[in-house]
Amino acid sequence: MAMGSLPVPPFLARVEELRARLAELEALGTTQAREEAAAVREALEEEVRRVTASLTPWQKCLLARHPERPYTLDYIRGLFTDWVELHGDRRFADDPAIVAGFARLDGESVAVVGHQKGRDTKERLYRNFGQPKPEGYRKALRVMELAAKFGRPIVCFVDTPGAYPGIDAEERGQAEAIAYNLRAMAMLEVPIVVVITGEGGSGGALAIAVGDRVLMMEHAIYSVISPEGCAAILWKDQSAVQQAAAALRLTATDLLRFRVVDEVLPEPLGGAHMAPQLAIRTVGQAICKHLHELARLKPKELTERRYQRFRALGVVAER
Amino acid sequence: MMVWFRRTSREERPPSRVPEGLWVKCEGCREILYRKELERSLFVCPRCGHHHRISARTRLAQLFDNGEWKELFANVYSTDPLEFVDSKPYSERLKALRDKGLKHDAMLIGVGKLGGRRVIVGAMEYAFMGGSMGSAMGEKLTRAIERCLKTRTPLVTVACSGGARMQEGVLSLMQLAKISAGLAKLHQARIPFISVLTDPTTGGVTASFAMLGDINIGEPGALIGFAGPRVIEQTIRQKLPEGFQRAEFLLEHGMLDMVVPRGELKETLIRCLAHLAS
Repeated sequence: MAMGSLPVPPFLARVEELRARLAELEALGTTQAREEAAAVREALEEEVRRVTASLTPWQKCLLARHPERPYTLDYIRGLFTDWVELHGDRRFADDPAIVAGFARLDGESVAVVGHQKGRDTKERLYRNFGQPKPEGYRKALRVMELAAKFGRPIVCFVDTPGAYPGIDAEERGQAEAIAYNLRAMAMLEVPIVVVITGEGGSGGALAIAVGDRVLMMEHAIYSVISPEGCAAILWKDQSAVQQAAAALRLTATDLLRFRVVDEVLPEPLGGAHMAPQLAIRTVGQAICKHLHELARLKPKELTERRYQRFRALGVVAER
Repeated sequence: MMVWFRRTSREERPPSRVPEGLWVKCEGCREILYRKELERSLFVCPRCGHHHRISARTRLAQLFDNGEWKELFANVYSTDPLEFVDSKPYSERLKALRDKGLKHDAMLIGVGKLGGRRVIVGAMEYAFMGGSMGSAMGEKLTRAIERCLKTRTPLVTVACSGGARMQEGVLSLMQLAKISAGLAKLHQARIPFISVLTDPTTGGVTASFAMLGDINIGEPGALIGFAGPRVIEQTIRQKLPEGFQRAEFLLEHGMLDMVVPRGELKETLIRCLAHLAS
């Protein structure tokens, strides 16, 4: 995975420097380079340990957005076989910000739906930075309904800054598309496992995240609004992102505490991008485990439990 | 229609409801109006037709027969699970609002008769933190849906909201899923749900129950959308076309069944419910 043009967050500057040096040395392959590489590797590990020992919520946001983090298609390539991608919402267009289709996991056919970000500038534009338009949500639902029709479980990968805020998206009913998915997903009579792999950006994330199990990567975030948006509105100051990120309680540990997610999946030291194959394997094992548990439930039990799962979310008091 | 474009500075933002006093200035045409006259016209300006924002209580009184209804789930209220602090703690904001007499959070729910038919109506309260939807409102509306299911009562909601409540973080977001899952049950049980969208209805409220009515009705001139106009302007860096995200625009784009003046809303709801309800 080549580095794109997105800037590396300052707190990771030294880590990235060491990684680049290590890659250089490994490419050289001389005895001298190998010796130096060992030293760099050690320094890198120490620096990663130092940095990740006490990540602030804002730093977690930056890690969740790391340009080398595995994206949906990486998970699909790494975990599934026989991937058949399906396109279009049959209403207006195909939205490259969401990928959807069928694939095999452990030999079993499942539907896979996920947000897709781009690696380089060209692909980022093509994928609209992972911000879907209504047709993306409608495509996602079309494929999920196919899964329900043919009795296949559904796996969703969530990684989006949010639904696209644009004139065309509004004209075609962005809000309606999201709302419709929320209601429809609650009624799908097949198991749904959701993994928040990077950014869980508000309604744009939730529109494919109404699942029986919602799993979250250790350094992923899930929030009602981006720290930038929250800072601008509540602090009237774009630079208050650190306070906003902390106040929003958007980390995996927070969300586990509020039962918004069912399990936090550990990431390799320094984040999923440091050892993508390891991260992908962890996610795969978790998906299989949860699908296996859900396979025992009858369709009506599934939807009723899914209802009760979301029914219980929120904190209120009664006088 | 032009009001939004004048609403750029914070001082000029229209109040969450028509201010007290004998005389009031119309938000649409700036005409000075006799309050009693405005009240008689359901807070719609008799001169320019501007629909002023009204309180949840006024809304319920306008809709229910003889203005009679009983409040439901009044005992549920918001707490501060995130211990959220911006310029002041969320818990203090909540207390200040409750001390002002706003005890029903962002939605007031009532049961009563509408054209002789028993219905449950949930009306949003913009004065309660911009009508933002948090756990309390989500819980109340979900209970209302469950009550509708149990008693086979039609549901009407009147949205007026800036979206999900940031101060409750992702728990607010989860209310979208919770309410929509409830509406899935109502849908499967074939119990009518009519959604009325008023100025403004944006964000998580539009992206959940407000767009899920069997029939969606907008108030004239209401701002309705997912993203707010300022966010869109910042994203695409160009001025938005006139009338963008107004109720009439949504009608034209197929998102609303009709745009109905406030004076005809009650009659319209009665007629729609008669077509749908058993």
